[in-house]
Amino acid sequence: MKKESWKELAIGTLNLNPGNSVANLTGTWRSGKKPQFIEENCIQCLFCWLYCPHFAIRLEGEKVVGFNYDYCTGCGICSVECPPKEKAIVMVKEEIKLAEGRKK
Amino acid sequence: MRTLKPLNGNQSIAEATRQIDPDVIAAYPITPSTAIVESIAQFKADGLISGEFVCPESEHSAMSVCIGAAAAGGRVMTATASQGLALMWEMLYIAAGLRLPIVAGIANRALSAPINIHGDHSDTMGARDSGWIQIYSENCQEAYDNFIQAFRIAEHMDVRTPVLVGLDGFIVSHSVEVIQVEDDDAVKSFCGEYKPVYPLLDTSRRITVGPIDFTDYYFEHKRSQIEGIENSYKVIEEIGKEFGRTFGREYGFFEEYRTQDAEVCIVVMSSAAGTCKDAVDELRNEGLKVGLLKPRVFRPFPNEKIGEALKKMKAIAVLDRSSSPGAFGAPLFGEIRSALYDYEKRPKIVNYVYGLGGRDIKVEHFKEVGAKLAKIAETGKIEEMCGYLNLRE
Repeated sequence: MKKESWKELAIGTLNLNPGNSVANLTGTWRSGKKPQFIEENCIQCLFCWLYCPHFAIRLEGEKVVGFNYDYCTGCGICSVECPPKEKAIVMVKEEIKLAEGRKK
Repeated sequence: MRTLKPLNGNQSIAEATRQIDPDVIAAYPITPSTAIVESIAQFKADGLISGEFVCPESEHSAMSVCIGAAAAGGRVMTATASQGLALMWEMLYIAAGLRLPIVAGIANRALSAPINIHGDHSDTMGARDSGWIQIYSENCQEAYDNFIQAFRIAEHMDVRTPVLVGLDGFIVSHSVEVIQVEDDDAVKSFCGEYKPVYPLLDTSRRITVGPIDFTDYYFEHKRSQIEGIENSYKVIEEIGKEFGRTFGREYGFFEEYRTQDAEVCIVVMSSAAGTCKDAVDELRNEGLKVGLLKPRVFRPFPNEKIGEALKKMKAIAVLDRSSSPGAFGAPLFGEIRSALYDYEKRPKIVNYVYGLGGRDIKVEHFKEVGAKLAKIAETGKIEEMCGYLNLRE
């Protein structure tokens, strides 16, 4: 993505295209661990969806079905907040790939 | 109706505010600017202004309200002094960074410690690098005139930068002068209708105000901010002339007094310049070819114009009503000395810090400076580059 020169920027640090952080694939920040969904343990409390700082919990209707790895940073908050004794979200090892950079 | 009114400096600022009637006024009273806020509160209670008058719990909040209101799309003003301006500190930078055309009246006062409520320029000099345009006033008339022009300068589409107007605490803020108050409609029409840029209240257009920048954008945004204050050189000049055409009192970056054939010159800002004019007259009568240069605009600093005006002098004394501990000379001295650097033949230049915490500066002190300048001009030698005036040694 080409970055603007100072002359091309909107006045006063304004962002005239709000929501453009969608192009920032925070999934590239993941380093070593990713969440894994174990459906049979899930009580559908939606805590993970509520706590995820990157809106990376995938829902279908009102049900958790997994993760959007484009944005999941692997922070593990969802796994910590997951209430069942037998957790529905566990962090598993992920082979570290050097960041491939932004797709778009 | 155009009329003469006996007003002190604070009332002059309040009177201009009443005539302009900004959309939002948010201020927390602090000596010696309290009467600005008090008078505006009275105007509001009497139904003479229609804008929102917000009384927040501190100056930090006052400036925060101003920022929010300006981002929402309003014409906004505030007033403060000293510790109040210091408490606004981080918000001053945000107002400038977001390019919000807020106008503030500052009754210049010393900063603690020791606590002191009297006039000096430590407060606004401390805000020197916050990105605000700074205009200083010699008397109540100038405070009134500068405050009206400040809105036009701040709101100009090439500038969109906040402006503060300084008036010396007590000496100007509390001294009554008969000033020319212009007609309400004439002032309103001079300021014109406020045109917001990307107001938050325009819900048809989605914007984000004040998002975070990382290492890849902060520098560009700061550079873009600097362009606003750079553009204000031209605008300040144009508006000063337009003010002259409209109301008969023209303003430039600085005022020169008897400098035409002067060989030595005193540079001093704000109220002390008035006293200095008397000293110049007396020194002239005694045969010294002395002049006065009174900077009005400190930010942006008119270095080229001041350099041109001062280059022919044999010796110059720059008087600062603030100190910059540990620096080589006080703030104004540094600017003036730097403005003269590129000339092959440069005047000798000295610095005197005066009037801290409201310490009097009288004609005799300026005459003392004049005598020292005469000696420097004659011998070409400087005994003391940075000194103090009217201080017990």
